[in-house]
Amino acid sequence: MVTEDKRSWGMVIDTDKCNGCSGCVTACQVENNIPLNDQNKFERGRVMSWIRIERYWEGEFPDVKARFIPILCQHCANAPCEPVCPVYATYHNDEGLNIQVYNRCVGTRYCANGCPYIVRFFNYWEPAWPEDLRNHLNPDVTIRSRGIMEKCSFCIQRIKRGSRKAKEENRELQDGEIKPACQEACSTNAIVFGDLNDPNSEVSKLSKSESDRKYTLMPQLNTDPNVVYLATIDPLKYKDLGEKAKSNEH
Amino acid sequence: MQQRDNQNRLSQEYTNRVLLNGTLSTPRWWYPLVSVLLFFVVIGFILFGIQIKYGLGVTGLNRPVYWGLYITTFVFWVGISHAGIMISAILRITQAEWRRPVTRAAEILTIFSLATALVFPLIHAGRTWRIVYWLIPYDAARGIWPNIRSPLFMDPIAISTYLTGSTLFLFVALIPDLAVLRDRTTGFRKGFYTILALGWRGNPRQWKMQVVGGILLSALMLPIFVSVHSIVSWDFAVTPAVEGWHSTIFAPYFVIGAVHSGVSAVVTMMALMRWGWGWNDFIRPEHFDALARLLTVVATAWLGFTFLELLFALYGLDAPEIALREMQIFQYPWNLLFLTFLLTGYILPVPMWLFKRVRTNIALMFWSSILVNIGMWLERFLIIVPGLARKSPFVFTWEAYSPSWFEWYVLFWSFCWVTLLMLLFSRVFPLVPLFEQKESEVFSDSIKIGRATVPTIFREEEEEEED
Repeated sequence: MVTEDKRSWGMVIDTDKCNGCSGCVTACQVENNIPLNDQNKFERGRVMSWIRIERYWEGEFPDVKARFIPILCQHCANAPCEPVCPVYATYHNDEGLNIQVYNRCVGTRYCANGCPYIVRFFNYWEPAWPEDLRNHLNPDVTIRSRGIMEKCSFCIQRIKRGSRKAKEENRELQDGEIKPACQEACSTNAIVFGDLNDPNSEVSKLSKSESDRKYTLMPQLNTDPNVVYLATIDPLKYKDLGEKAKSNEH
Repeated sequence: MQQRDNQNRLSQEYTNRVLLNGTLSTPRWWYPLVSVLLFFVVIGFILFGIQIKYGLGVTGLNRPVYWGLYITTFVFWVGISHAGIMISAILRITQAEWRRPVTRAAEILTIFSLATALVFPLIHAGRTWRIVYWLIPYDAARGIWPNIRSPLFMDPIAISTYLTGSTLFLFVALIPDLAVLRDRTTGFRKGFYTILALGWRGNPRQWKMQVVGGILLSALMLPIFVSVHSIVSWDFAVTPAVEGWHSTIFAPYFVIGAVHSGVSAVVTMMALMRWGWGWNDFIRPEHFDALARLLTVVATAWLGFTFLELLFALYGLDAPEIALREMQIFQYPWNLLFLTFLLTGYILPVPMWLFKRVRTNIALMFWSSILVNIGMWLERFLIIVPGLARKSPFVFTWEAYSPSWFEWYVLFWSFCWVTLLMLLFSRVFPLVPLFEQKESEVFSDSIKIGRATVPTIFREEEEEEED
């Protein structure tokens, strides 16, 4: 039994399962009312996507493999973006979330410089959608005006709705009941969201059972992220090991 | 009118007439120049309005280069403002006689460049109209204090403290001259100067209080001399994520760089004052000579810090840091900027200043001081932008940054704005302190050493007897 104020929301992303389909990116875009990224935005380097897939290549040709890492706000326990904000527009709440308060933000963009993962986005223009998309906006999520920062909120609207529903029905919140849009859209179940303080939640179990594959991004900066990655199981490495074993047999 | 008295000193009457020529009369070029500047300044305000209306998309900023020309220019103007405290306070306490004609120019340069620097965070911020929330410390409606851990919150505090101190300092030094103006004007202006002169009659008690007030304010402002640019440097130094920013040497490095650029700006201004108002008898080559000697020392110390910063960065053998430095120094277009920065910041001007013929040549001093400030602006740009443009090797979002014409105009606007404020000031208050000038004439004498005649200063402690 975990009481509400002792939750610590976290995420486990299994990069071995990720096939880079970008389903999470699209789902997030729709769920969180993120403006469309048109050609001009790409050209000017002002693309917004709260979760993005970083692709890189590993190995030398012909043993080359594409790798994918979905990167989103790491909700660091020791977040470098928080102390630099002059107006407390970004702060840590008691559920382990790194919160962005749009109303407070004055747009100094200092938090974005503080973030080593570059997951904070600035609204250079007033957001705009084509006329036929305007009615598709999610009513639960604020539309951010020009001049403020935004970033992944772990779909806080879903967290709030789930917690409220559980409270109304007078029961504990079940593990897996709250799913952020990216997890819901992930076709390979690479993304798992849950309470890291609950030892029986799937995130806790995964980060325990797969502890040899577990890592966090940029640990040298000591940001203590709440997003845990599981490393890719490297077939090339196993192939090498197999050949070595074979040569040992002979 | 007699220009010099029988001891070959400039007569007080002549001093009054010449140094008030911009205040009691208007130079021919004043109105055309002010109108042109006003035109550019108004255009700047209109552009600022456009930026507020449509958003910061009008700049060339992107992700991850979130800070660009605006912050560079902000740091630049805070740097220029260090002229005032260096020239007035430190040289006053150390009794450097040659400071006298320069002090007021340095102080108003401080005040106007600080006021301009304070505007830049407003221009830079995404929601300028909400900045009241940040600058005014207590928001009673929400019950939330600003975040005092943020250097960006300490910036306005440090700068406004400095601004308040400098304004008081300037005012104390202005009082005797305001009395001179009060006695020479009529009508509305007389009333204005009468109020500001605070009943100054020039009696020994008032002089004593004025001198003591000046010295006290100098001493009180010395800590600000260290703190203002240190705090500005922490805007960068506290950021662990950006290579090239998180350096512990930034505070003293920025302070010494600020003195370098500030004193150079004073040299520029002195040359302009000499040309514009014809104050050749008061702003003399020996003042340029003295400032250039000071600058040579400051610039060399600053160069030491520049290399020390590079050394600190490379000493850790941190791969991303080395990659950043490699880009900053060797890769196009940063390499051209870096070369220009080194050439204009040190290599061209400082060897020039080693020759007395250059130090006493007003035109050469003017251009070399301009060079220094080009270099010092580039220094800030090279600190701020490459670190952001090449963030970290893990995240593949690297973007170059090229400022839009909008940002270039705002940079240009800031120069027009400071010049305009100075010209307006010069029309109301004298730019060279009259009483300091007269005092130095009384103290100065020349002695013969061998065949050479050397100017000297005699300070006789006679004040007690006059009481």
